[in-house]
Amino acid sequence: MQTATGQGEPIRILTPTGHLGFTMMEPESFRRGMAQAPHFLVADSGSSDIGPYPLGADEPCSPEAWQRHDLALMLTAARRQGIPMIIGTASDTGTDRGVDAYARIIREVAEEEGLPPFTLACIYAEQSLDEVRRRVAAGARITGLDGRPDLTLEDLDRTDRIVAVMGPEPIVAALDLGADVIICGRSSDPSIFAAPLLWKGLDPATAFYAGKVLECASFVAEPFMGKESVMGHIRPGEVVVEPMHPDQRCTPASVASHAMYERATPFAEHVPGGVLDMSQCRYEAVDQRRCRVTGFAFRPSSEIRVKLEGAGKEGERCLAIVGFRDPDTVARIDLVIAWARAKVEAKFGRSGYELHYHIYGRNGVMRELEPNPIPAHELCVVVEGVAPSREVAAEVTAMGARQMFYARLPNVKGTAGTAALMSDEVLHARPAYRWTVNHTIAVSAPEELFRTVINRVGGGRHAGA
Amino acid sequence: MRVRDAASTVRSKNAGVDLITFDIIFKNEELYRRAKASPALSREGILRLFGIGEDRLYSYVAFDPARAIKFTLRRSRPSGSAGEHDVFGAQQYAPLLDVEI
Repeated sequence: MQTATGQGEPIRILTPTGHLGFTMMEPESFRRGMAQAPHFLVADSGSSDIGPYPLGADEPCSPEAWQRHDLALMLTAARRQGIPMIIGTASDTGTDRGVDAYARIIREVAEEEGLPPFTLACIYAEQSLDEVRRRVAAGARITGLDGRPDLTLEDLDRTDRIVAVMGPEPIVAALDLGADVIICGRSSDPSIFAAPLLWKGLDPATAFYAGKVLECASFVAEPFMGKESVMGHIRPGEVVVEPMHPDQRCTPASVASHAMYERATPFAEHVPGGVLDMSQCRYEAVDQRRCRVTGFAFRPSSEIRVKLEGAGKEGERCLAIVGFRDPDTVARIDLVIAWARAKVEAKFGRSGYELHYHIYGRNGVMRELEPNPIPAHELCVVVEGVAPSREVAAEVTAMGARQMFYARLPNVKGTAGTAALMSDEVLHARPAYRWTVNHTIAVSAPEELFRTVINRVGGGRHAGA
Repeated sequence: MRVRDAASTVRSKNAGVDLITFDIIFKNEELYRRAKASPALSREGILRLFGIGEDRLYSYVAFDPARAIKFTLRRSRPSGSAGEHDVFGAQQYAPLLDVEI
């Protein structure tokens, strides 16, 4: 039933992937979507799910060839049809390196494809550690999320890199400046969709809800398929979502269940400057494949808080793999580990390094949450050593693994070694990083922490702000 | 009846870097109502199943539009840190499958 909302011609946003470059997008449903003449082409390219390493070390987690594949498909289609294209959280983490890498790929593809000149906006989100430190030292309260305490100078000492998570405002500003292609640093997933809708004059509730429902592309539809395109048909107070793969359906159940995906609550989504309230959402089938959602609301907050994400290096890391099959040893694996740990402590003391035992076959996956106390008939123990230098990490790991072979257990029949070393070898892993910042900071204007650079691609260049 | 027979989806996944959220989506309205009434899937039932205290439970809701019970646990350390064991939080739902409702 049509109410006062949902009047006029809908704005169509096509999104081909929920994490551009992570796995290559499927071109068929994307072409089908482009044939429906969308007004905007939008895709997110990042996630904090990949762990703290890519942000801390400032590396992508996906091969550039895959990122290029997706960017090239989107860019050529968007330029051919003359519609704006917006990419969020460039290169997995949205650091300055990621934005520059994507801008370079865009220029290279434009040249290879001989695209007519267009305007490229890069919006940078990386933060100076010194500037954040200065704010904390001056008494600014940088509030912890999800139960974390407020940010301290000690947290910052352990941090290598910080990005701020942009809302829609810097993107809207770039559209105002005539940007055809916008590469964003770290950005909130719904905001990259909300931005073009706000720019077109829609209300924040509709804009942010559309972003919320479209951010993961085909995950909103059933059956489960990744990397397929999804179209949003958006009018004031109404979002209709439609899968572009012919075998997928957006049903009230699939769309409602997506509202809670990867979020602690299905009722509220925090964005800088307010909260999207989804508690009164109504989900109804338009037909077999399309779902209409209405009833969302937006509550502005009294202050604008921007999320900060940061990661820092914990140390160099090594791994070793050790197996156990003797049932008497399997039953007493804690004693074996205690023996090995005591040997490491005798040499290195109890601090200044970390030694972790992952006991696959007992609770390697769930650790303290594992309710099943019965171990498997064989165990795989992954020994993980972390220390300030590679040498110490390797020695801690080697000793922590090899001493399991020498564990002294009463009444063990096997007297030639208590462990099966998969290889008597320490594996050098990449360094260990930790999420050190998961906080919000109050700002006076939503654009405050972000920097925009406008370039003309394929013609003369000029820089702006 | 076990959750694996009553639910169409049982999953766990990161909700940010410090939380893991669990979704149990039921096949139909009747099974959803039965699950909501079951002590095994109440707040207390979940804490008992995973052997944790109230301090680890970040939130718990029944979400009618999706026919889902949803709860969120705090991680013991941030996702992907040294010593961490499920970076995406994607395999923590397994014990829910055999819960009797």
